[in-house]
Amino acid sequence: MRFSGLKILTEGLTGNKGWGPHWRSPEPKPEYDIVLIGGGGHGLATAHYLASVHGITNVAVLEKGYLGGGNVGRNTTIVRANYMLPGNSEFYSHSLKLWEGLEEDLNFNVMHSQRGIINLVHSDGQRDAFVRRGNMMRGQGDDAEMLSPDEVRRLLPMIDYDQTRFPIFGGLYHKRGGTARHDAVAWGFARSASDRGVDLIQQCEVTGIDVEGGVVRGVQTTRGPIRAKKVGMVAAGRSSQVAAMAGLRLPIESHVLQAFVTEGLKPCLDHVVTYGMGHFYISQSDKGGLVFGGDLDMYSSYASRGNLPLAEHVAEAAMTLMPVLGKARMLRSWGGVMDMSPDGSFIIDRTDIEGLFVNCGWCYGGFKATPASGHTFAHLLATGQPHETTVRHRLDRFRTGRGIMDEEATGSQHNLH
Amino acid sequence: MRIVCPICGARDRREFYYQGAGVALERPAPDAGDAAWDDYLHLRDNPAGDLDELWSHDAGCGVWLKVTRNVSTHEVKAVRLAGGAS
Amino acid sequence: MRVDGKGLIDRSQPVAFRFDGNRYRGFAGDTLASALLANDVRHVARSFKYHRPRGVLTAGSEEPNALVTVGRGAATDPNVRATVQEIYDGLEARPQNAWPSLGFDLLSMNDLAAPFLGAGFYYKTFMWPRAFWERVYEPFIRKAAGLGALGEEKDGDHYEKAYAFCDLLVIGAGPTGLAAALVAARSGARVILADEDHLMGGRLNAETLEVDGKPGHVWAAEVVDELARLDTVRLMTRTTVTGAYDGGTFGALDRAAHHGPRPEGGVKETFWRIVARRSVLAAGALERHIAFQNNDRPGVMMAGAVRAYLNRWGVAPGKAVTVFANNDDAHRTARDLVAAGVHVAAVVDSRADAEALGDYRVIAGAHVTGAQGRKGLEAVTVEGPSGAEKIATDCLAVSGGWNPTVHLTCHMNGRPTWSDGIASFVPTQGAIPGLVAAGACNGDFSTSACLAAGAAAAADSLGALGIKAADVALPAAEDAPYAVAPIWAVPGKGRAWLDFQNDVTVKDVKQAAAENYASVEHMKRYTTQGMATDQGKNSNVAALAILADATGRGIPETGTTTFRPPYTPVALAALGAGAQGSGFAPERKTTSHAASVAMKAPMIAVGLWYRPSYFPRDGETTWRQSCDREVGHVREAVGVCDVSTLGKIDIQGPDAGTLLDFVYTNMFSTLNEGRVRYGLMLREDGIVMDDGTTARLGPAHYVMTTTTAAAGQVMRHLEFVTQALHPEWDVRIMSVTEQWAQFAVAGPQSRDLLNGLLDQPIDNDNWPFMACGPVLIGGVAGRLFRISFSGEHAYEVAVPARYGASLFAALVKAAEGMGGGAYGMEALNVLRIEKGFITHSEIDGRVTAGDIGMGRMLSAKKDFIGKTMAARPGLVEEGREQLVGLKPVGPVKQLTGGAKLYSDGQEPVRAHDQGYVTSEGISAGLRHVLWLGIDREGQERNGEVLQMVDHLRDIRTRVELCDPVFVDPEGGRARG
Repeated sequence: MRFSGLKILTEGLTGNKGWGPHWRSPEPKPEYDIVLIGGGGHGLATAHYLASVHGITNVAVLEKGYLGGGNVGRNTTIVRANYMLPGNSEFYSHSLKLWEGLEEDLNFNVMHSQRGIINLVHSDGQRDAFVRRGNMMRGQGDDAEMLSPDEVRRLLPMIDYDQTRFPIFGGLYHKRGGTARHDAVAWGFARSASDRGVDLIQQCEVTGIDVEGGVVRGVQTTRGPIRAKKVGMVAAGRSSQVAAMAGLRLPIESHVLQAFVTEGLKPCLDHVVTYGMGHFYISQSDKGGLVFGGDLDMYSSYASRGNLPLAEHVAEAAMTLMPVLGKARMLRSWGGVMDMSPDGSFIIDRTDIEGLFVNCGWCYGGFKATPASGHTFAHLLATGQPHETTVRHRLDRFRTGRGIMDEEATGSQHNLH
Repeated sequence: MRIVCPICGARDRREFYYQGAGVALERPAPDAGDAAWDDYLHLRDNPAGDLDELWSHDAGCGVWLKVTRNVSTHEVKAVRLAGGAS
Repeated sequence: MRVDGKGLIDRSQPVAFRFDGNRYRGFAGDTLASALLANDVRHVARSFKYHRPRGVLTAGSEEPNALVTVGRGAATDPNVRATVQEIYDGLEARPQNAWPSLGFDLLSMNDLAAPFLGAGFYYKTFMWPRAFWERVYEPFIRKAAGLGALGEEKDGDHYEKAYAFCDLLVIGAGPTGLAAALVAARSGARVILADEDHLMGGRLNAETLEVDGKPGHVWAAEVVDELARLDTVRLMTRTTVTGAYDGGTFGALDRAAHHGPRPEGGVKETFWRIVARRSVLAAGALERHIAFQNNDRPGVMMAGAVRAYLNRWGVAPGKAVTVFANNDDAHRTARDLVAAGVHVAAVVDSRADAEALGDYRVIAGAHVTGAQGRKGLEAVTVEGPSGAEKIATDCLAVSGGWNPTVHLTCHMNGRPTWSDGIASFVPTQGAIPGLVAAGACNGDFSTSACLAAGAAAAADSLGALGIKAADVALPAAEDAPYAVAPIWAVPGKGRAWLDFQNDVTVKDVKQAAAENYASVEHMKRYTTQGMATDQGKNSNVAALAILADATGRGIPETGTTTFRPPYTPVALAALGAGAQGSGFAPERKTTSHAASVAMKAPMIAVGLWYRPSYFPRDGETTWRQSCDREVGHVREAVGVCDVSTLGKIDIQGPDAGTLLDFVYTNMFSTLNEGRVRYGLMLREDGIVMDDGTTARLGPAHYVMTTTTAAAGQVMRHLEFVTQALHPEWDVRIMSVTEQWAQFAVAGPQSRDLLNGLLDQPIDNDNWPFMACGPVLIGGVAGRLFRISFSGEHAYEVAVPARYGASLFAALVKAAEGMGGGAYGMEALNVLRIEKGFITHSEIDGRVTAGDIGMGRMLSAKKDFIGKTMAARPGLVEEGREQLVGLKPVGPVKQLTGGAKLYSDGQEPVRAHDQGYVTSEGISAGLRHVLWLGIDREGQERNGEVLQMVDHLRDIRTRVELCDPVFVDPEGGRARG
């Protein structure tokens, strides 16, 4: 069924009885060409692009819980292409272009809103560092401007310019950056993939990966064995457990990232804002809640929840930057499991086992990558070759030291990215 | 989360710095080869259960600790000095 | 209307307040909700999506409807629940999200469009034309969204954060919590008893039940009295325990001062971190609704709330009250109303065998099938065995049963357990280590069961702590069984509400199921049920029951969504207390800070430190003038600069040299006493971590310096090495950054200046380049290092910090007398760029020693941190970016930090990327701009011309690659 305003009108006039399932709930078949382990944003996007770009539809997405129940449903919804290093720069630029056509591609309103993102800077040196980033973005063909403090003030009148601990020296403004409705992204990809014939199998946990003679044969699941010619692991924070089923160790540490939302408020913040002297970012959703977050809790976790010190630090950053938010009340806090890599950049690559491919290492930046992660992983699965924007994102780059993309410049300690 | 520093007593998580898995204690010999060093710095078991970790009481006495903690429940099971001394 | 002879309010203290521009009166002890109901004000708000009129639904913090804005200007407080806002003289409250007025809200047109605005409608449209989403649809949606509005001035109230510790934390002070606290207190344990209400007692304040032969609220007050007299007990009223966290830590919000006008200098709210060895959850239960057509009319309320308004606040929310229930408990509302002289039209009970508890009509085996009266209930339709009838009524008290308040038990990944006996969820014990749930929140609803459960829970908890529980005789109380027959929704046409704030109806849940959003998480997110400010307290169980039915599953199989902190919302000002303005991070100041400020130096932030940018003199109007002059001081006379912020680490012991050899790339154990050496430090992944100089002051005594930025990181690194990697080494380390004030004295006349202050003179023989050692300066025991970051003949002199200010004054005075003076960060930067000296602008966390031209510092003779990984192919191969100097080709007027380098004559895009600028400065001496940069294979390409482009500042110029040492390349000036 095609969605449109007209459809809403006709359905509304006839009792809304015509709405049908957005995706099928099929029983798993005994065999598929491609099995994807993980039904989150990236897995569902991969399925969509396999079907829509490569015409490969004999595909199953296996999700141990409900579709989109992982990080795609927990993030702070920021979409941007402001990465600096070669490799990442091309990839996220590619992703943003896919975002810009996504509603049309999926016939689903993911509410992608390019309201602009402003990275605040608080010293001359920091401003130069962001100018460098902005120049890299412009060289990549994306947009960036460095705003003066006065220009920042015009866009963000609610910031405390006078008494804040670290005054505002300017802000890098990326107009094409913004937000999107995270759940809708997962659902949009799911609906499209399912309509095109991909089987989305929920409540199906993979318990083993069958490998014979260095070649992948299929998987074992809580809903029975499934044979496959190719298997793609796209399980984010659970990547290590999945890879271990094939006897592989990944350069991944799983960490908790918290996120927060306030009660709904009338519009007070039009842009996405990041703070430069403490890890903190904030935007306002279309429903009125302020959505914000900060750094990892910094200890390994699979609990999808964190502790008070981080929550307090984030609230403290909010209070020094935008004290008018004092009476905004935090309504809910939650967390996800982040797959942290040793350089903070992702991995999309084949493994040493033929037919087994890995997509992981997104740290806490996976949401904006959703379309390109799916698109390029589909490319790799379909053609056996990496997409031109992911040639550097190899699994072995840490061992060889070639092509490391350390955006934070903090080195191989996983949680520092 | 609270960790019992053997020197200072029970303290809130916010007084500590987290480094990562306890494998950081087993530094390979300089000539141990690529695989050993890649393993040491990058590859991780990353289990969803008990993990030996390295923490430092950064905002307190500065002691480095080896902590056994379940990463799914966050329960701290054992704390000892990283250097092995008493 | 107000009812005589009822309520715990203080009728001797009238209170005047305003709502929606109208003046009303209430009494001390009233909430805004009770006072408005007393004044017959039923319509107080509008719902989120359809803007339908809303009235007070509950008597507690779970209230989804009666959200108002309190205060104005900087005191504006949006989304306040009228049910918890205590009134005071001068309180001003306004409705929210209704325009132009509460009575006439234009957006109530949405209600007419309801068939088109069902669950998830916005995902199916607003996509065409493409540009319209951001330009038309979204702005409209955003303006309509949200409830209250924040004020535009910053919050002037004062908030605090605090810690508290106890043996037993009791959460909730109803009968269960009071019994638990009493047992624990009498046993001598340290107890914290917290309740979100200002009056402890829980449901005892809302019921006419007796405890120990007296009114429940009287018994409660007596217990509170006893507890208040004990030092070992902390009573926290107006305090909601908001979250359960690891390690027995709880978050709690004390809303200390919302019940009066702005506290002058007082604390508005305190956020507590409570560490409890054990805890008892006595959080009670919340009543649930029954869905039927138009059940959202103002005047439709929870039966227990109607009872609370009557008994605690002396208010009858209607003159002819009807009750609709499926359980015995709700009949108490009818009985209490009748006893107070309020007319009860009927009790409609869905159970065929229902019986009256008093003198009122019961319609058994019947349902309310509709409510009429858009802005205030006027009548309900009832259908039962004897047919349909319409009952005139202005208040419908609904009860679908009670849901134990399990939330806190599920904050650490726990899930509640379904109990068929009460047709609701109960906590899964053990879900929070050390916490026991007891009383109504554990499914025990009678008063005597609650008292017993609270006492037992306390005794068990104390036992686990090895504290003997006192023997406390439990008072007599009612023991009525809980009889309920679950009914979630009354069948029928029309919309029946589940989530009143977000306007989610039974139809929406069924539609979600039809569209295959069958998991409870999908249903929640697709319909937004449970995502309003009550977080589903009023709708979760019913919604999941309807979903279960629609998808052919049982309720336990369908499961719940995740319960998350905070239990009720927490103001960011409280959670972030102390951080407003400069409180966010400490300010670190050097001993010369005050003097620098007095000299009008602009102070700039360098991490947490403040350092002077430049020292303007009379007649200078730009920073350039001051900077050029200060550079001139250093190159031609003498300059003084405070360098105390650089990290200093004292290293002592027989293995001190061994430690240094291990952390630095070059040798230090071979350094002679009295000498300083430059050292390079790598991370274990082979990338440069930091650089600095280390001085050998004695056979087993070194002092290491680090950069300002990396001081903490290096210290932690050394601790790791000495404690964890090599505990067998006999070495001790100590950070002494703040213990020593250190000043650079730089320039051709630096020795002369120092000789004017040192007790013993120095010369080029007894103090050559890179010498160090103890000195007496002005009689003070200090240290002198002959090192140079400017490339001139220079020293750094250190004294214990308490002498720093006076030494700085003496040095500056002497320097000025010699034609020089103090210099700041701008000059420091130009001086070091002229010499090609690097900072973290160059060693940015991604470069190797080879990249910055220091490959030869990697000793082949020893192992050191980073050695092995620095040899990875990717880190040594050709084509890596390397440090270069850049000088302009042609005139350049602007500085361009952050500019990119591209191949000359090519389009400045990624394909032609050659590198980037790391540092820039204007050399007055050379009269042009200098840059240090990173460029592909830069060390091989001197003389080549590149394009320097700063897209952001719109600067394009050409530059020539050259040696990064622009001034005095032989280095002779430092050695003179």
